[in-house]
Amino acid sequence: MTRIKTTIGRRSFIKSSALAGGGLMLGFSWLASCKRTEEAVAVLEMPEEWFEINGFLKIGDNGVVTIMSPNPEIGQNVKTSMPMIVAEELDVDWNKVVVEQAPLNTDIFTRQLAGGSQSIRQGWDSLRMAGATAREMLKEAAAAAWGVPVAEITTKEGMLLHEASGKSAGYGEMASAAVQIEVPEEVELKEIADYSIIGTSRKNVDGSKIVTGKPLYGIDYQVDGMLIAMVAHPPAFGMKLKSFDADGVKAMPGIKDVFSIEVYPKDYEKQWSDTTVYDELVVVVGNSTWEVMKAKEALKAQWEPFEAYEDAYQGAARTVPGGLESTSGHYEKLMTMGAELAQTVRKDGDPEAAFKKAHKILERSYSCPFLAHNTMEPMNFFAHVTADEAKLVGPIQTPEYMEKSVAGVLGLPLEKIDIQMTRQGGGFGRRLYGHFLVEAALISKKINAPVKLVYSREDDMSYGIYRPAYYATYRAAFDKDNNLTAFHVRAGGIPESPLFANRFPAGAIDNYLAEGWAVASNISVGAFRAPRSNFIAGAEQSFLDEVAEEMGKDPIEMRLEWLRKAEQNPVGENNDYEAARYAGVLELVRDKANWNTEVPGTHRGVSAYYCHNSYVAQILDMKVENGAPSVDKVTCAIDCGIVVNPDAATNMAEGGIVDGIGHAMYSEMTFSEGKPDQTNFDRYRLIRNSEAPKEIDVHFVDNKIDPTGLGEPPFPPIMGAVANALYRATGKRHYHQPFSKERILKG
Amino acid sequence: MAIYNLNINGRSAEVDVDPATPLLWVLRDHLKLVGTKFGCGISQCGACTVHIGDGAVRSCQVPVSAVGSQEVTTIEGLSEHGDHPVQQAWLEVDVYQCGYCQAGQIMQASALLKNNPDPSDEEIQAAMNGNICRCGTYTRIRKAIKLAAEKAQNA
Repeated sequence: MTRIKTTIGRRSFIKSSALAGGGLMLGFSWLASCKRTEEAVAVLEMPEEWFEINGFLKIGDNGVVTIMSPNPEIGQNVKTSMPMIVAEELDVDWNKVVVEQAPLNTDIFTRQLAGGSQSIRQGWDSLRMAGATAREMLKEAAAAAWGVPVAEITTKEGMLLHEASGKSAGYGEMASAAVQIEVPEEVELKEIADYSIIGTSRKNVDGSKIVTGKPLYGIDYQVDGMLIAMVAHPPAFGMKLKSFDADGVKAMPGIKDVFSIEVYPKDYEKQWSDTTVYDELVVVVGNSTWEVMKAKEALKAQWEPFEAYEDAYQGAARTVPGGLESTSGHYEKLMTMGAELAQTVRKDGDPEAAFKKAHKILERSYSCPFLAHNTMEPMNFFAHVTADEAKLVGPIQTPEYMEKSVAGVLGLPLEKIDIQMTRQGGGFGRRLYGHFLVEAALISKKINAPVKLVYSREDDMSYGIYRPAYYATYRAAFDKDNNLTAFHVRAGGIPESPLFANRFPAGAIDNYLAEGWAVASNISVGAFRAPRSNFIAGAEQSFLDEVAEEMGKDPIEMRLEWLRKAEQNPVGENNDYEAARYAGVLELVRDKANWNTEVPGTHRGVSAYYCHNSYVAQILDMKVENGAPSVDKVTCAIDCGIVVNPDAATNMAEGGIVDGIGHAMYSEMTFSEGKPDQTNFDRYRLIRNSEAPKEIDVHFVDNKIDPTGLGEPPFPPIMGAVANALYRATGKRHYHQPFSKERILKG
Repeated sequence: MAIYNLNINGRSAEVDVDPATPLLWVLRDHLKLVGTKFGCGISQCGACTVHIGDGAVRSCQVPVSAVGSQEVTTIEGLSEHGDHPVQQAWLEVDVYQCGYCQAGQIMQASALLKNNPDPSDEEIQAAMNGNICRCGTYTRIRKAIKLAAEKAQNA
């Protein structure tokens, strides 16, 4: 039996009992509770009264259970999967569960953040604890009511049972007594074999609202008297506001005000989620979106280049360089600066000597462009700021962090900032950076009214916070028998290196050298789904394909040989992967895709990668029709431990694969004199329906390991599988993304 | 500003707006029908798709002055109880991830099936190519359209 200490459950109970006054029951009338659940419960009988057992859940007197989903929902399905974990340990019928988005409350919930594929992994203990604690309290309440030992009470799907006496009661009947029970210090968790919810596919709890167009997203939020605001930022990176003419625009229909704001004051120390290089913006406020859009188009603003400056970012001084950068200059730097700037990050054996002695050296360079996240719901946020408090509603991946930023900029205490999370029309890392909350708050404060700030697609795409541009050169040394004798990666970028020096094939190669380098830029960047991995995985896995070809080996068999070595006789320390699990996904995908059986006309590429605590291997099948290669099928094997919601997890993997194919093939952000060349979907190519694989076949390794991330891991490796399949289909290796318009670069 | 009497989801709706205002913003800002989504504003993403008569249109490109008395159907009016075969199929396949583009996808798909009740794979892809799903649920969208076609034919 797994016993677990109930630290979080205890803390949240103390909170609840304090609210209720001395540990008495905390009741909610149905009508006073959150409106958003009304429809979901419509099919259920409504309770007269709710009893809050702990911050994660409340039980209605009729047995209906509300479970709070603590983390921001950006499409990764945590709003369904996280409550499933609570429901499992509570042992309740999932059909009697209503899910609500939890408020931001760091006293009860830990890590209310969508990022790093960590929601399920880091919520695993607290979610199970919350459910198990409540179940234990319900059992104790029943034991007391029936005068029987608690150990004799069992539960099943929301029922408490005492076999010897034949007594039984629903959770709802015991809920009022259970809230008066002291929270147990330790609770027993279910055996994995006894799971009836975790590991079964449950539909998205917001599904019916999504297909009927209910207001779910931040951009849908509105209140009476709300105004609309848009902001104008400089047209080019490296520029700032010089002046603007408000008068003409102010007179336009529906326009309330035109002014500028300083988003982050000069003396404000930016935390990581405050990334921006546009600190001064022009704001247009009016009655309706269309009127504000027209006024913003008519706005006459002058911009001027800025000089390099220093600001405080994440507790350290940082220099933002001046200048207007262009993509041609970026590639020049990417191709030439590595040799000069590279720093050794890891060295095993004597790679220099091995390269010197090599019979043959294979050297290849890879690159990728800047990318915009392009969430389908553009950046937006509602704010209503008064003299002593601020309410903000909308899509944000980092509410905990942005609460601090808003408080800091407004000069209000933290407890006066109320940030409410909505469902989010995509995240991909973009909404980790919440400058738009601060902007909305400042605008509301200035006009003294509730306001919704909305970015147009052009504002959104040209604002920055892009996936950096990266460049990596790989070298492999071979002896005269074509054995690999050394491996070298030198990886850099603008403005950061994509290197993960301790990941495979580190640990499998005796003579190994990893170097990193970076060039500063004033184009702002941020985490983009699987940061750094989203480039380096594809580069590395493409290179390994060429190494295998050079050695005359099957690319899967070669990887498996290296992984066996890494497992049995690892080189160096801190190897950041478990070789057996890595090999496991390669073997599973090999078998599921019948890798060893050739199918005429099908050209296959394989790729595998470990990131965000999970292992993914993929085989991509390409066909060539009328001279054009297209993706026929992708087979995918994943080891992310226990899979909480298999169909939703499959959906996530399918999406990551489509996303990865799209970005490898089509998307790029380029610049001319600091100005983004792509500002909308006419010039920025995202993958379309007809370009997605005909079929995606996803398999999970069946194990009992605690669950790890899934939002990011299926994304990075597919880019290598695309490149490797393209080679087999066309005879040409592709090194520079996007492959559909590959640049001719040296190297 | 001018007054327009629109026919939205079988009901008449009066708005007093600039004649150039796109139907999208009339729906979202003035009629509070926010199921129709803003994605790009230049008819490149399909998030704002509604029906005018039997056809799917990008509401960001239709000025309110051009709508006249034509029947406009939005996601809110596609079915009375949220049980149009396309909506049912979307629920059954659990298509969505973030869900933001799906109202547009559903409106595009339901217009396709109205005009072509049994579309081929190629016809589905061609009809759906103007609707971006940033989460990459395209294979599920295709599957749900096939399922909806079956449901409609068996109904």
